Amino acid sequence: MSSVSDWEAPNPVKDNRGGLIGKGVDRYEGPLKVTGTAPYAYEVQPPSPPAYGVMVGAAIARGRITAVDIAAAEASPGVLLAWTHMNAPAQPPRGTKGHPRSTQGSKPALESDRVAYFGQPVAFVVADTLENAVAASHLIRLSYAAEGHDVAFHERLDAAGQPPGEQDVEIGDFDAGFAASEVRLDETWTTPLQNHCQMEPCASLAWWEGPDRCVAHTSVQMVKPAQHGLAETLGIGRDDVHLLTRYIGGGFGGKGQTYDDLTLAALAARALGRPVKVAFTRQQMMHGTIHRPATVQRVRLGAGRDGRLNAMSMMTWTHCHRDGAFTEHASNFARSLYAAPNRLTGHRLVKLDLPHAGAMRAPGEASGTLSLECAMDELAEQLGLDPVELRIRNEPEVDPENGRPFSQRQLVRCLREGAQLFGWDRRLPTPGQVRDGRWLVGLGMAAAIRGNFLLPAKCSFSVDADGVITVRQGMTDIGTGTYTVLAQIAAETLGVPLGQVKVEIGDSELPPAPGSGGQFGAATAGSAALMAGMNLRRAIADLATGDPGSPLHAGDPGDVTFQDGVVAIENRSETLSDLIRRAAPEGLTVEGEIRPAQDAQKWSQQTYGAHYCEVGVDPVTGEVRVRRMLGVFAAGRIINAKTARSQLTGGMIWGVGSALHEGNPVDPRYGSLVNQDLAQYVLPVQADIGELDAIMLDEVDDKANPMGIKGVGELGNSGAGAAVANAVYNACGVRVRDYPITPDRLLAGLIAKGM
Amino acid sequence: MRPFTYERAASAAAAVEAAQAPGARFIAGGTNLLDLMKLDIEAPAHLIDVGRLPMAGIEATDEGGLRIGAMATNTAVASDPLVRARFPMLSEAIVAGGSPQLRNKARVGGNLLQRTRCAYFYDPTKPCNKRQPGSGCGALEGLNRNAAIFGASPSCVATHPSDMAVALTALDARVETLTAGGGARSIPVADLHRAPGDTPHLETALDDGELITAVVVPPAPTGGQAYRKVRDRASYAGGLASVAVAGGRLALGMVALKPWRATAAEAALVDGADPAEAIGRELAGASPLGRNDFKVPLVARLAVATMAEARAAANGGGQG
Repeated sequence: MSSVSDWEAPNPVKDNRGGLIGKGVDRYEGPLKVTGTAPYAYEVQPPSPPAYGVMVGAAIARGRITAVDIAAAEASPGVLLAWTHMNAPAQPPRGTKGHPRSTQGSKPALESDRVAYFGQPVAFVVADTLENAVAASHLIRLSYAAEGHDVAFHERLDAAGQPPGEQDVEIGDFDAGFAASEVRLDETWTTPLQNHCQMEPCASLAWWEGPDRCVAHTSVQMVKPAQHGLAETLGIGRDDVHLLTRYIGGGFGGKGQTYDDLTLAALAARALGRPVKVAFTRQQMMHGTIHRPATVQRVRLGAGRDGRLNAMSMMTWTHCHRDGAFTEHASNFARSLYAAPNRLTGHRLVKLDLPHAGAMRAPGEASGTLSLECAMDELAEQLGLDPVELRIRNEPEVDPENGRPFSQRQLVRCLREGAQLFGWDRRLPTPGQVRDGRWLVGLGMAAAIRGNFLLPAKCSFSVDADGVITVRQGMTDIGTGTYTVLAQIAAETLGVPLGQVKVEIGDSELPPAPGSGGQFGAATAGSAALMAGMNLRRAIADLATGDPGSPLHAGDPGDVTFQDGVVAIENRSETLSDLIRRAAPEGLTVEGEIRPAQDAQKWSQQTYGAHYCEVGVDPVTGEVRVRRMLGVFAAGRIINAKTARSQLTGGMIWGVGSALHEGNPVDPRYGSLVNQDLAQYVLPVQADIGELDAIMLDEVDDKANPMGIKGVGELGNSGAGAAVANAVYNACGVRVRDYPITPDRLLAGLIAKGM
Repeated sequence: MRPFTYERAASAAAAVEAAQAPGARFIAGGTNLLDLMKLDIEAPAHLIDVGRLPMAGIEATDEGGLRIGAMATNTAVASDPLVRARFPMLSEAIVAGGSPQLRNKARVGGNLLQRTRCAYFYDPTKPCNKRQPGSGCGALEGLNRNAAIFGASPSCVATHPSDMAVALTALDARVETLTAGGGARSIPVADLHRAPGDTPHLETALDDGELITAVVVPPAPTGGQAYRKVRDRASYAGGLASVAVAGGRLALGMVALKPWRATAAEAALVDGADPAEAIGRELAGASPLGRNDFKVPLVARLAVATMAEARAAANGGGQG
């Protein structure tokens, strides 16, 4: 039984003798990425020249394929195969688990004549060149029998039901508490469907080593489910799939699973006996992968004149695919954020024929804070209170939902330090009072919260005769900095310079880790790495003290120190490489493992922050420009100041996008999304982001893991958009509760106010 | 993309001659055509590269205007000292379009001929009379937030995306061309693009194989110049609306399938109307479709602000 008390002992990361922990170390793989030499899945050099596969998406949202004509495609130059459901290789039915402990069942491609969503891959061509494959793909003719589709979320709210296995959470008596409150707010916000828009589209390259073993490079956040799912789909042993994902050009939750590119690359490689590459196009990414679903959020707040919340409710309506099970839990974060004796939170789910909804950066918080954190701003105004002060007055002593103590909660400190650093005292509470040229200027703020998690993981550490430490783990780096923080932990733990550490991740044959997601990556993978590093220290200490040729011979292994590549007991020392070369010339390899503590659930574990934002609003056109933005965060010990800051500022930019730019409308006639490329799907660009900074408060959360670190990947996004929206209101006095706050929407409010 | 052949033209004359081949298209910067080819919206059989023809010069004309070679890049025009001195609004308009990377590649001739960014035009699974004549207009009753409010037809409600063309329209510029037969023509930019009518796939007044060789801008009118564009983000975004003012001349962007010369507003200004009244007269002829209704007040407000900016510029007040 493990306990958080097991993590109280000192360790090299806590001691930080080498000073590498917390340092803004450059990215381990940075030079490869900036020189374009990091081989992403599609760029890996296969053992023989690859063929190129291209998918064709369905042109209807729901129905059947009634006829296919692939003759012209098959006859097109260079074409090696053309598949639809009529002639694709047989695959086990969806979800089949030949091995009972597979983390993912089979995911057959081109499995039937059914079309379940617009853009679903329904045909596939492989040719000798990409150009020939694309040209042939245009020659495939499919006929459909469309069936009525149901995609209009806002018209279908009456069909919403409780998500499977869930219930509303009520504490106290919300209705009575709300009715009895002196000051009440009851407003509804909407957020649109969003796409991940990773720089690197989903892509795969597969080849076979003999009839039963498949090597597949793909772009995925979690290694094991990808390996297992492919093995189940191909009907081969799980160990007979070697799945690699060395470099990933953004995931954001959208690559938490694999797609038909992987299945089809592997099937075609088997059929053709040569490597096959398949990538989604940018257009195909919009429908063919998952998205963040739209939401409707009703927030009700009841407070006394003193600003103390008496009642708080947040109800979210959202949607997922007819066959899906995903719920955007936008109300969940509200359960831990503010004190209020009477509370009601829950979700309603509508099943639609849109593509599959799924996790996207800060699922839940990203959407949910856009309502509650603006509701708090509105309530503060009703009360005549400063929005920061309103939040401080509702700071709970224990988790307001489950009564657990907080492992760490520095929200108030984030709020206060942010206010001071940002110059919040210069905000005028009455909107529309500050002008700079043609811009009305306003300030807004919001709180940030996101849960912290630790999952089971393993890791191996090796040392070779050159004293080089190699970290090996089935972990991924989706641009977050995993390579770098693992290198820092290894270097600090073994007392070697960073240049003496190698990191190998993204490989199913390495010790398993859960991958990247839910901001659990660094804590989970890093803790396993620390454990492996500690085990390697012990192995090296035993080796040195047991080796008659070592100056450390016959010493107490517990006294061995590791510093600057030297092992020592007081003044007796030798270099690590001398020791290994002599006493273990083949090197040493050990594993380590982290498991969640049994008693970790006794604490409410969250990360916190406060966002401050200044915007300009052009009252003539309704255009909004972010002028400056500051986030102050408390998220445990920070391993790398640079990559953590990048994560946080990146998340904040996502918030700017959610507030002002992003959203993909659904055309109900076709059941498809309107924006299909990065020109139409509007993300913030450099010019949309003014001054931007993220500050991390000193914190160690000793209930989180042996290093006291927590995640930051989702935190920066939580609340950021609400700070922007609140700043827009402060600038011009218009509340837009339908996101994004585009010029046309803001203009309507400005005109309504006579501006 | 479908297979195609490619040649690099040795001269403008050779280019127009080569363009007689079936399915031939000119290519210069390729910033629009290549995207459309990748999406199978355009499928030329033969590309004639005119991008390296020696037609990239920018020269002062004897009358005090400018002659801009059709192969000048957007970046070159926007940063040209003569352009900035005489037609600062043209420079502003160009910089308001695309991104630096696109402007480095895009050429003046191709910029004028770029195709609409209407989402229904870009999605080959949707009806679009411009892409596939007779298939219908997906945007007419679709998500047409950015559709035209002037000059549209039931066949097409798309808008023209060029910023530069809006500025050139207000500046009364003309394009010079080389026709298939080797003859030269001069066409006002304002007349270069056709109204959609029943044939939105026919986009310009150019004949098949006719090549734009230059844009000629007459001397600037008296009075200030200004260009304002409203867009969903600060850069790399098509506009929701734009206004170009050159003295008493007004052109509106992203409100029609061509740069929209606001002749009714200009006439009203001549009659002594104030700016709000004048643009109101123009907008009396607008036909919004529902989701793009906001363009009417937006253009009204933007035009008044842009005219004020132009006046301030004329008075040496710089740009607001």
